Amino acid sequence: MNSWIDADLVLITLTSLVLLGASRLGTTIRMVALQGVLLSPLPLLLAGDAGITLRAAGLAVATVLIKGIGFPWLMDRAVRGGSLRRELDPRLGYNASLLAGVLLLAVAFLLSSRLPLPPGEGTPLVLPAALFNILAGMFVIASRRQAITQVLGYLVLENGIYVFGVGIASHQPLLVELGILLDVFAAVFVMGIVIFHMGRELDHIDTGRMTLLNDWEKE
Amino acid sequence: MSGYAGLLAALVLAPLLPGVINRTKSFFAGRRGPPLLQPYFDLAKLLRKGAVYSTTTTWLFRAGPVVGLAAMLVAAALAPFGGVSAPLAFAGDFLFFAGLLGVARFATMLAALDTGSSFEGMGASREAQFAALAEPAFLLGLTAVAWKTGGLSLSGMLGTTSFATWSGAAAPLALVCVSLLVVFLAENARIPVDDPNTHLELTMIHEVMVLDHGGPDLALIQYAAALKLWVLGSLVVGIALPVRSLAHGWAFAASVAGMLALCVVVGVVESCLARLRLTRVPQLLLGAGVLSLLALFIGLK
Repeated sequence: MNSWIDADLVLITLTSLVLLGASRLGTTIRMVALQGVLLSPLPLLLAGDAGITLRAAGLAVATVLIKGIGFPWLMDRAVRGGSLRRELDPRLGYNASLLAGVLLLAVAFLLSSRLPLPPGEGTPLVLPAALFNILAGMFVIASRRQAITQVLGYLVLENGIYVFGVGIASHQPLLVELGILLDVFAAVFVMGIVIFHMGRELDHIDTGRMTLLNDWEKE
Repeated sequence: MSGYAGLLAALVLAPLLPGVINRTKSFFAGRRGPPLLQPYFDLAKLLRKGAVYSTTTTWLFRAGPVVGLAAMLVAAALAPFGGVSAPLAFAGDFLFFAGLLGVARFATMLAALDTGSSFEGMGASREAQFAALAEPAFLLGLTAVAWKTGGLSLSGMLGTTSFATWSGAAAPLALVCVSLLVVFLAENARIPVDDPNTHLELTMIHEVMVLDHGGPDLALIQYAAALKLWVLGSLVVGIALPVRSLAHGWAFAASVAGMLALCVVVGVVESCLARLRLTRVPQLLLGAGVLSLLALFIGLK
């Protein structure tokens, strides 16, 4: 059982690493979708000896529907509006981003060695995988210019928190987790609409160029 | 004693591997392809020829193929095969192994530069750049395996991977396997890093460095390349196949089958993928290094 959890966590980590090094927008959206699908078996696998409960099964299904299908579809639709197909000049190059990802990976493993897990909860890899996803998500938000990649970074960050929640606090009620999922869904929904309209109005979604908020043409 | 069987197999069977790759590619292209033993025929033909040396070259040019082959022969003696220790094994020999690959590459590059051809200089430069990126991936991957298996020599690491090791550490071992496969493709100048069949000097990496060699020299180079394919392939197969759990004869047979399967995989990769743009190759090798590092982190955990 443990090796399946570890394999899943490693795959989730790998999708985040690909996301850091990928230059095409389509690839990044697909990676986030894949990550959402990979997250879904975690509650089932971590249920462990208690057997698969209705709660875990419900959470898994909701995860696939929202993170694996819903978000990528929303993002894809948001990009369709504009002509953007590729993340243009990020603040840090792709190879440098990948190296930064390695650094974040080291930080995550170092941090998690200082944070002991409560006994009987999760596997040794849960904590580093969760921390790495949180750090990688923050890194993507900080280092990319396009609004769409920043939203994807937010999703990766949220996925890290999800891994943390499922791995550490596997006994929190279903309502809380579904509530969080719903909150994130609402947030991404709003962001998707905003990006869609930004792309239509401005012909670009480069947040670096949005330093002025005004209704009139600059003189 | 049986360690020498592995070395003998490497010396005898190595030229078969390019033949298997070529047959796989022919099958995918719908051709009949050259006979499986074609590399042997080529070697025999080249050895009967004389060599032509340009007047601008020095002894460095003649030393290149000899040093390259010598380094590969020692590397073949270090690589364990079929679940038994190699004839030559000592603690830390994987560093020596990487060094031998470096020496062979250095000799080939010097010989290429010695000709004074600008194309060969470009090939040497690319070879150096990609090797510098492939080496960390290779060493970090082997470090992760060393940490998992507790062995400090190649024989200790690869000879001991059994079903128990795999069930205990499937994730890091699989990561190292993928990483070493990329290094294997890059070091042997295969697609997606380099195209062995290319005929355009501008895009060549490895092949362009040996353009001026002919006759017996070219035979030595081709034999050394086949040995390199075998030796690096045996590392990948050694990690991927837990042959320690089998009896000796079966382990040997399984390893040979693994090598042939690896060549089929290479052939399939070459049939399905195009060569990467030169600027993308460093990213691929960097990715392999990241996989190795991730395996190491998980191993240390």
